[in-house]
Amino acid sequence: MESKVAYDNDLNLKATELRLGLPGTDYSEEQALFSARNNKRPLPELNEKCGSKGSSDAPHAGNETAPPTKAQIVGWPPIRSYRKNNLQPKKTEPEAAGIYVKVSMDGAPYLRKIDLRIYKGYPELLQALENMFKFTIGEYSEREGYKGSEYVPTYEDKDGDWMLVGDVPWDMFMSSCKRLRIMKGSEARGLGCGI
Amino acid sequence: MNYFPDEVLEHVFDFLTSHRDRNAVSLVCSLWYRVERFSRQRVFIGNCYAISPEKLITRFPGLKSLTLKGKPHFADFNLVPYDWGGYVQPWIEALAKSRIGLEELRLKRMVVSDDSLELLSRSFANFKTLVLVSCEGFTTDGLAAIAANCRFLRELDLQENEIDDHSGHWLSCFPDSCTSLTSLNFACLKGEINLASLERLVARSPNLRSLRLNRAVPLETLQKILMRAPLLVDLGTGSYVHDPDSETYNKLKTTILKCKSIRNLSGFLEVAPRCLPAIFPICLNLTSLNLSYAAGIHGSELIKLIRHCAKLQRLWILDCIGDKGLEVVASTCNELQELRVFPSDPFGVGHDAVTENGLVAISIGCPKLHSLLYFCQQMTNAALITVARNCPNFIRFRLCILDPTRPDPVTMKPLDDGFGAIVQSCKLLRRLSLSGLLTDQVFLYIGMYAEQLEMLSVAFAGDSDKGMLYVLNGCKKLRKLEIRDCPFGNMALLSDVGKYETMRSLWMSSCEVTLWGCKTLAKVMPRLNVEIINEHDQMEICAEDGQRVEKMYLYRTLVGPRKDAPEFVWNL
Repeated sequence: MESKVAYDNDLNLKATELRLGLPGTDYSEEQALFSARNNKRPLPELNEKCGSKGSSDAPHAGNETAPPTKAQIVGWPPIRSYRKNNLQPKKTEPEAAGIYVKVSMDGAPYLRKIDLRIYKGYPELLQALENMFKFTIGEYSEREGYKGSEYVPTYEDKDGDWMLVGDVPWDMFMSSCKRLRIMKGSEARGLGCGI
Repeated sequence: MNYFPDEVLEHVFDFLTSHRDRNAVSLVCSLWYRVERFSRQRVFIGNCYAISPEKLITRFPGLKSLTLKGKPHFADFNLVPYDWGGYVQPWIEALAKSRIGLEELRLKRMVVSDDSLELLSRSFANFKTLVLVSCEGFTTDGLAAIAANCRFLRELDLQENEIDDHSGHWLSCFPDSCTSLTSLNFACLKGEINLASLERLVARSPNLRSLRLNRAVPLETLQKILMRAPLLVDLGTGSYVHDPDSETYNKLKTTILKCKSIRNLSGFLEVAPRCLPAIFPICLNLTSLNLSYAAGIHGSELIKLIRHCAKLQRLWILDCIGDKGLEVVASTCNELQELRVFPSDPFGVGHDAVTENGLVAISIGCPKLHSLLYFCQQMTNAALITVARNCPNFIRFRLCILDPTRPDPVTMKPLDDGFGAIVQSCKLLRRLSLSGLLTDQVFLYIGMYAEQLEMLSVAFAGDSDKGMLYVLNGCKKLRKLEIRDCPFGNMALLSDVGKYETMRSLWMSSCEVTLWGCKTLAKVMPRLNVEIINEHDQMEICAEDGQRVEKMYLYRTLVGPRKDAPEFVWNL
């Protein structure tokens, strides 16, 4: 979807140029003529949020660099304000749907449920588990698992296998974890309690 | 001319359901005019300022169903100031004072107050249907009045209104004796809802066929509601979020299997994609699917869902479906008639968005397509020419390229030829919206070929007055023309002043038209209201005739300048 090089070069220069008239047009001479006649017309109204008044062609800026602030023309694109106001931007979706997983602890009379989305990473999760079940988890190392405690946090992944918590990146863990289980004692030793 | 008694004529006219047919019939002779007017029950008024409520009541004493539209279309995009007008109050007051037995009221882009709703609810004993689309000015208190007082209410349909939500108690105002509801849509309400009241209301509404919930209704309640209303035909979910391992979700799965009548599905205002499989069983029978507010469903989950929907005729979707997703739509939904693709990120970079490739794929797989609204990153002439060839049945073709003056990215040429192909091939085209880089040439094509065109929307297009002239001279059936940011001026505006009396309205903003041009037109055509919307006080300070007019809206009317215009609206 990236446009051709010629168009790219042309507009990259113009992207930050301050000018009057319609955004995004190629015909710079006509532009100048139009601008000269335009001296009484107010500029296309711009949204408070925007910065530069130049071209609104963010795609042409390329993938590597952050896109320049788009000039926002009043009433464009033509979407009903109700729809614009009610469209949840993608970034806030994580807040919309939580990932609830059951947590069991060997020996505890009932299970608990936690929302994985509210934790930023493993430290917070483990701290929360410690608080919830009143125990301490040992120190994690890749080579030896959790050392220094008879409790080991494990989880069941999408394939049905029981895995040690902490091996994979947090995001991957969040999307593959189906339930948590805090193992205790001899069973835990088999999974990598470092003894 | 008349060989039959009036009753026979009336009986024949009963078969005429469209307004246009009845309007035509009333022009034949004064006898037919008289019979028609006494038997007419449904009236459509496309511009509430074209006629007065008193004239309406005088002509159609048997009126039962009224549809009114207020603000111009570009008000949807913030181009019309907040208190421009379009108030329903005078209409309800006049109807309430008369002996009209109003049963149905449908309003679009009008200002509706709580007082209006209260008056409406108390004035018409048989009131059955209230449909409000893109309206504003009222709160849930007004809805409470409708619920409490309209004893035989069947339909309460709120679509995309800005409603001040005071609390969820309005639902509790439906009395226990109210069992007549067939349709309830409150998806646009932002506040909390009394869930218990909602469940009881559904339980006592055996004829309920259409129900659209708002975000505050959780999945647990949806399951309970569906248990009570397995005959629903139209469902809009509220918050569709739950733990897919839970008992509630499993109950929902079983309940949905009983809802064999659902044909329209919408909502998913909040959604946990892992819960979508519950609806797969009903997807096969869906004819209409609106996921345009379901930002929580992404690419692959969306595609998985669509693959189940082979009978879809109408699909509203976000552009995060991507070109690949549209290819899946094209191969799955061969019965598709209407497609709308909305931008999920209107001001963003748009990596997920759709291009000309998606549209071409659709045109190949969906030959029955007749209505299109397509927001995209780019479009080519070649693609439009292909689409025109594959789908000659377009009635509505609205293309919006997010960068409004973008040329064909392959050839760097304007999109004149592409749109030209569309109007030449689609002989039944009634509505067209243009975008992209366009010269006067596209208007030449439109004037030449778009013989059935009734509504045209233009932005950032054209080079000179000739463009507008081509359209005004060529499109004999043109009713609504709306133009923004185009170099059309007085010469085009004044070339055929009589044309505007054959049209409902003309909107021109940020064009070259001056105050002198507007004044001249207003002087020559007394049956037009020529309104200037002036927000910047520049006109007050130095209202020179040579000054360009920022926003002009003119419309034909039988009742002269309106008396409710605010300060910033000048009627010339």
